[in-house]
Amino acid sequence: MRWLRKNLIGIVAVLVLVYLFIPIAVIMALSFNNPKGKFNLSWNEFSLDAWTDLCGVPGVCSSFVTSIEIGLVATLGATLLGTMISFALVRYRFRGRSTTNLLIFLPMATPEVVMGASLLALFLNMRLPLGIVTVTVAHVMFIISFVVVTVKARLQGMDPRLEEAARDLYANPRAVFRYVTFPLVLPGILGAALLGFSLSFDDFIISYFNAGTLVTFPIFIWGAAQRGIPVQVNALASLVFLVALAIVLGGQFLGHRRRKALENPKPILVDTLSRS
Amino acid sequence: MAAAVPQAGGQAPPASVVQRKSRTGYVLLFPGMAWLAVFFAIPLVTLFATSLQSPIEGRTGRYKPGLEIGNYASALSEYWPQFLRSFLYAGVATVLALAIAYPLAYFIAFRAGKWRSLMLVLVIAPSFASFLLRTYAWKTILADEGPITSTLNALHLLPDGRILNTWIAVIAGLTYNFLPFMILPLYAALEKIDPRLIEAASDLYASPQTAFRKVTWPLSMPGVVAGTLLTFIPAAGDYINAELLGSPKNRMIGNEIQTNFIEYRDYPTASALSFILMTIILVMVFTYIRRAGTEDLV
Amino acid sequence: MSDETRQVDDLRMTSLTKKFGDHAAVDDLTLTIPAGSFFALLGASGCGKTTTLRMVAGLEDPTSGSIFIGERDITHLRAFERPVNTVFQSYALFPHLDIFENVAFGLRRRGVKDVKATVESMLELVELSPMARRKPTQLSGGQQQRVAVARALINRPDVLLLDEPLGALDLKLRRQMQIELKRIQVEVGTTFVHVTHDQEEAMTMADTVAVMNSGRIEQMGHPADIYELPRTVFVANFLGQANLIVGTRAGNAGADVVVSSFGQSFAVPSERVFAAGSDLIVGVRPEKITILDLVDAGRVPEHHNRITGRVTDVSYTGVSTQYLVKAPWEQELIVFEQNVVVGDRSEVGDEVVLHWSPKHTFGLDGSSGTTVGVDPEVLELEAVNQSLVADDAEA
Repeated sequence: MRWLRKNLIGIVAVLVLVYLFIPIAVIMALSFNNPKGKFNLSWNEFSLDAWTDLCGVPGVCSSFVTSIEIGLVATLGATLLGTMISFALVRYRFRGRSTTNLLIFLPMATPEVVMGASLLALFLNMRLPLGIVTVTVAHVMFIISFVVVTVKARLQGMDPRLEEAARDLYANPRAVFRYVTFPLVLPGILGAALLGFSLSFDDFIISYFNAGTLVTFPIFIWGAAQRGIPVQVNALASLVFLVALAIVLGGQFLGHRRRKALENPKPILVDTLSRS
Repeated sequence: MAAAVPQAGGQAPPASVVQRKSRTGYVLLFPGMAWLAVFFAIPLVTLFATSLQSPIEGRTGRYKPGLEIGNYASALSEYWPQFLRSFLYAGVATVLALAIAYPLAYFIAFRAGKWRSLMLVLVIAPSFASFLLRTYAWKTILADEGPITSTLNALHLLPDGRILNTWIAVIAGLTYNFLPFMILPLYAALEKIDPRLIEAASDLYASPQTAFRKVTWPLSMPGVVAGTLLTFIPAAGDYINAELLGSPKNRMIGNEIQTNFIEYRDYPTASALSFILMTIILVMVFTYIRRAGTEDLV
Repeated sequence: MSDETRQVDDLRMTSLTKKFGDHAAVDDLTLTIPAGSFFALLGASGCGKTTTLRMVAGLEDPTSGSIFIGERDITHLRAFERPVNTVFQSYALFPHLDIFENVAFGLRRRGVKDVKATVESMLELVELSPMARRKPTQLSGGQQQRVAVARALINRPDVLLLDEPLGALDLKLRRQMQIELKRIQVEVGTTFVHVTHDQEEAMTMADTVAVMNSGRIEQMGHPADIYELPRTVFVANFLGQANLIVGTRAGNAGADVVVSSFGQSFAVPSERVFAAGSDLIVGVRPEKITILDLVDAGRVPEHHNRITGRVTDVSYTGVSTQYLVKAPWEQELIVFEQNVVVGDRSEVGDEVVLHWSPKHTFGLDGSSGTTVGVDPEVLELEAVNQSLVADDAEA
């Protein structure tokens, strides 16, 4: 009884973690399923078919590649733009700071459906053809804010004396940036990029409004849900999950060795989400 | 926004961040802010303009500019149940998520020791699997013949005899999907609390319950506020959970915006609905932040 | 740049002023720091010492005035163009670089090709050779401190600035590092400018101390000279402790100025009086006072200044005993007595006579009160104590 009382919170914590992983377990288990009928919703029999033939269903792999392409381009653009904004916010004085802050905060407080709808309204009014360009443009827009929040926190957390020390040690402004500022902010930028990519890759609502006939991976899943999601989708999603987990755990492991050096006890992605 | 003010000859951090005043600042700011202006702010204006348009007779999906304020009245009178339902579902899901997330965040912040980083990774890891698929997986978990439904049915706890395609499934989905957004800010706030404060409280005759009520909970307030907002806002606008896990009786406002926009091509109604949703959410957010007294959240 | 040909120059500041808004952090400072000296800028937080240092380093632009090294005006050179290096408060070691690269940073930025030998010999000087490939956070506080010194000194600056370099270390380590820094300074012969709020540290290490207050230098000189003969109330209070008794100038007796206060008169040699007006403060350091039982009053040497009083507190500190003695005008005076004789201590309540030689007495300008330079927190505590005593008396 005493033991239970002492460890109650630990038990609850573990149960919550288990709860978080139940759907993941289902997704992975069903990737080895050979479903009876077209809906892959309940277990029938073990099969490796989906894993040995990942592209076995028309459209699944092309939508997957489309999502990766959009994710890479949108992440690159948003990371660049967002990092520039962060430097301006932390390092420069300018007029209209509160408007700027509001414009960065609002996209994070706006329901996706509103952002999706409003962009569609704009594109329709401009008579712009919907497709990969409009989706990428939309993704850059909603990722920027997350990048700004992450990189800004990193910049603000940096000891200003480090840059002063560099100046004192004969580094001209360019060298200060190259040898001190940039290496120290880089983990924040990489974290922001990782977060940005995962947001873009997984986005459905905004993409769906602005995709026209373009099919991204989430849009493919949405469409397939009506007539049964192919097992390959489960396999691909499991793959993405495992790769992402490996990247983050790997980063953790590296981070563990560098963590003390950078005085950041939290994984960057967590840091990002918890600050937004 | 803690702007760094240079301390006059101060001892501690001297002139922490020297903010320069130069054109470079504007150059850095411009491209990103222009992007946000063109693809976030202007679309909202367009959306507003669209919400006032009136139909062109005999041509579906074609509208002419106007000042049709009546769009708002008709949208509200037709869809007020969905608004109500959205905020109700999102509210319940937020409260549930808070109750589920707090113990985990508390444990990670105070008791996890060397497992802390691993547990944090585990909290975000589920987000790496597709949002749609995770929601879809709940269809399997909550299926009518599944263990959960049968157990609850055996106990006569389910009013409709099932979970799937009812409001219970929709709220369960919302709670699950936005849980990480609750856990992480809570953790961030709890982690900042010096455990000695809790020890000090118990040293000063506070029982564990009182210590929690008077010390831990108030100090974790910034996390509670951030977490509830980060859960409530996307939950209120969501339509995936209602679509995949609910029945037509559980449609939320997101469903109606999507359907009006994409299927009916009734852009003015969809725009009016979006605008009402956004306004309500923003008003709620700002009142909430103000009342919770954490205005530095933004 | 071999040591033989190295020309070391004085560091000079003329009318140096720095304003933040209306507040002058450094106010019309003119100062020459001789080449090769170990110079300490001492003052409480906010006195302008760090701002002065940052202006010399080029990290802060002066509002007006100039800074020279020798005849070279460096006022408008940027930080990275100045032959000046800094040991930062809490070190500011680059966390992403190892010790070797930290130390090599300045050389590399100046385009020095082969840094290996130089860095290694520098690491040897600070006894950190085995740590070359460690990251800064893997080092102890004292080791980090030595890296910070090495990183600055390797550039052979004309002036090395140290901003509270020992503040983050614990007491024992601080003592060791004081000796260590002094050794390094003697070895390299560079001008060290040391900013600190710790008077003991300043006195131990520096050959010249400048006491700073509100952006100005109150007094400058050899540590012993400043301590023995403070010229302002601020310096008397800030550097060690002092008994300060207010009075008025009553005339001269030979080479002495006679000050009368509370019905008594004290003699101060006229060359030790630093005030022109009639309001004077008589000062004496606690360890200069001898304490005697009242019955032994006859043993007080002639010409000595004397006060009778009652002991209100005795604290034994090992090396010495500290007494608080209440004078007839209710002022409490502090007396330190070396514990040379065992078992011969006065006790609380004893009637005693205090005496000291006029040549240990100093006279200060009495117009600004006796508490300038005392830590405000100490004053606050004294006030609390006083009110508690008053409460007791009522009860």
